[in-house]
Amino acid sequence: MIEASRIPILKIGDFLVASIQVELYDKSAVMFKDNLLQRIYETKAKGLILDLTAVEVVDSFMGRIITEVGQMARLMGTRLVITGLQPAVAITLVELGLELHGVNTALNLEKGIAALNRLIAEGEGA
Amino acid sequence: MKERIVPVRSDLDIVTARVEGREMAKELGFGVIDQARIATAISELTRNIVQYAEEGRAIIRELDSGGRRGIEIICEDQGPGIPDVELALRDGYSTSKSLGMGMSGARRLMDEFEIVSELGVGTTVTIRKWLR
Repeated sequence: MIEASRIPILKIGDFLVASIQVELYDKSAVMFKDNLLQRIYETKAKGLILDLTAVEVVDSFMGRIITEVGQMARLMGTRLVITGLQPAVAITLVELGLELHGVNTALNLEKGIAALNRLIAEGEGA
Repeated sequence: MKERIVPVRSDLDIVTARVEGREMAKELGFGVIDQARIATAISELTRNIVQYAEEGRAIIRELDSGGRRGIEIICEDQGPGIPDVELALRDGYSTSKSLGMGMSGARRLMDEFEIVSELGVGTTVTIRKWLR
């Protein structure tokens, strides 16, 4: 399970940022999901950015993990935004039939932080 | 002709198979989007092997037929077989806890898709993509 622990989860203000730079196999993806939720709990982060800039394949298994991270984070009061999805990954996800419903996305890290601020503001207003 | 055989026994082999497939697709001249389609389809089919048959293999090879060039991936196992192939190809159908998009998704990502499955004998899925 070295792969999962090799992904640093950084805290910036109220947000956590994790960038996947390694090929994750199924068991390490599940462990990474658990690590993210534990870090949310420990840091009481309001937002989480999952940066997929370096990810070349998102199959149905990884798609499910991402959707679950979003749902579980939401239950803990934290919003998830995915950033840096490559065009090829976006195309294969749609062709695969996985549109990652309920997952917020942004083009890059900067826009991701703006999206999180917006989501949190909307949530507090409601 | 290029050919690579990847034994598939665990989730580690799923990654090996899709990395090998992507590399060969790149060598053959496929663009990045097709490389991603091919790698994703391999990922789905080899996961099916690990999940349902426990063990099998992926044969990844170059195709050259009558001036047409492409890539072929054969995912085969000696697992329990699929009782209803039509049903297994339907979107959202799954006997495990997955999303049930694997088989139908892999078919959409590739140009050709063939499946032969016999109960108690095993399953062979062949997928192809041609260079344009």
